[in-house]
Amino acid sequence: MAATREETATARTIVLDVPGWPGHLAGQHVDVRLTAPDGYSTERSYSIASAPPDGGADPPVVELTVQRLPDGEVSPYLTQTLAVGYPLELRGPVGGWFVWNPDGPASTRPVLLVAGGSGVVPLMAIIRERAAAGSHAPFKLIYSVRDSGALLYAGELTQREQAGDGLEVSYVYTRTAPPGSSQPAGRLNAATLASAGWPPEESPAVFVCGPTGFVEAVADLLVRAGHGAGAIKTERFGPSGGKP
Amino acid sequence: MSDYMDGNMLGGKLGELFTMDVTSAMLTCVSCGASMAIAQARVYPHAPGMVAYCPNCGAVLLRLVRGPDRAWLDLRGVTCLQLAVPLS
Repeated sequence: MAATREETATARTIVLDVPGWPGHLAGQHVDVRLTAPDGYSTERSYSIASAPPDGGADPPVVELTVQRLPDGEVSPYLTQTLAVGYPLELRGPVGGWFVWNPDGPASTRPVLLVAGGSGVVPLMAIIRERAAAGSHAPFKLIYSVRDSGALLYAGELTQREQAGDGLEVSYVYTRTAPPGSSQPAGRLNAATLASAGWPPEESPAVFVCGPTGFVEAVADLLVRAGHGAGAIKTERFGPSGGKP
Repeated sequence: MSDYMDGNMLGGKLGELFTMDVTSAMLTCVSCGASMAIAQARVYPHAPGMVAYCPNCGAVLLRLVRGPDRAWLDLRGVTCLQLAVPLS
């Protein structure tokens, strides 16, 4: 581990130097394995938060943002114990489904990203990759979060949105909306998906990531609104064994 | 039960057995004939091993159990796996 950044009271980004990293696509994850001195080992998947390394850094840098789960087996170690210089066993990059590729055939198509809580992590990798690749594909991010204290990447998202190059961010607060919010606290609903997302006629590529219940609900709403099921890619994480 | 994940999480473990990413491979369900990417399957990771179910009909698609020096891959619910391979 090369460095850390605290993102919220319970989430931190760990910056890893990974010699020999082959590069990755935005949206992919890694499997992290921890092994105890007695040989017991356990593995979790974590989404990669950073855009693919541009080849400038040697060794290549990969960032993970880890949300600490109170009863977690792996996340407390990664967010509290792991210190700069410690080694970490990684497998990856993994996954070729939940990815956005700026060089792909559909790279200019509008994109809708819908995040539930720390499900924003792989979507942030996609947003960072869009910027790194100089893409002007129109992007909309709808970010559902408990309250403003749980927001990941708040400053960076504001900055990227203010760059005015086609990224729009909307926030949905499920428990406490900050003063001045346009809407009271509540769950992401069909009306917000319609006003903050793309209409189905624009044929957006849709990426939804969050807890299982959130992903189910959003995917249902999108299909009911007329989006093709085939255009919606989802990534769920459970309460344990979870990602990101 | 809502305590499932999706097939994306099988990527690392299946990647040990296959030479390419198989989460974007398309499979056909024996039970209902639905076609989907492995990434779209519902995976319950808490069994002894991982069990992937068809999101359409709920049938078991595959089971993967990993031991220290071997793996068991049971593809009982999959009729066909379609993999993208580089042009030779």
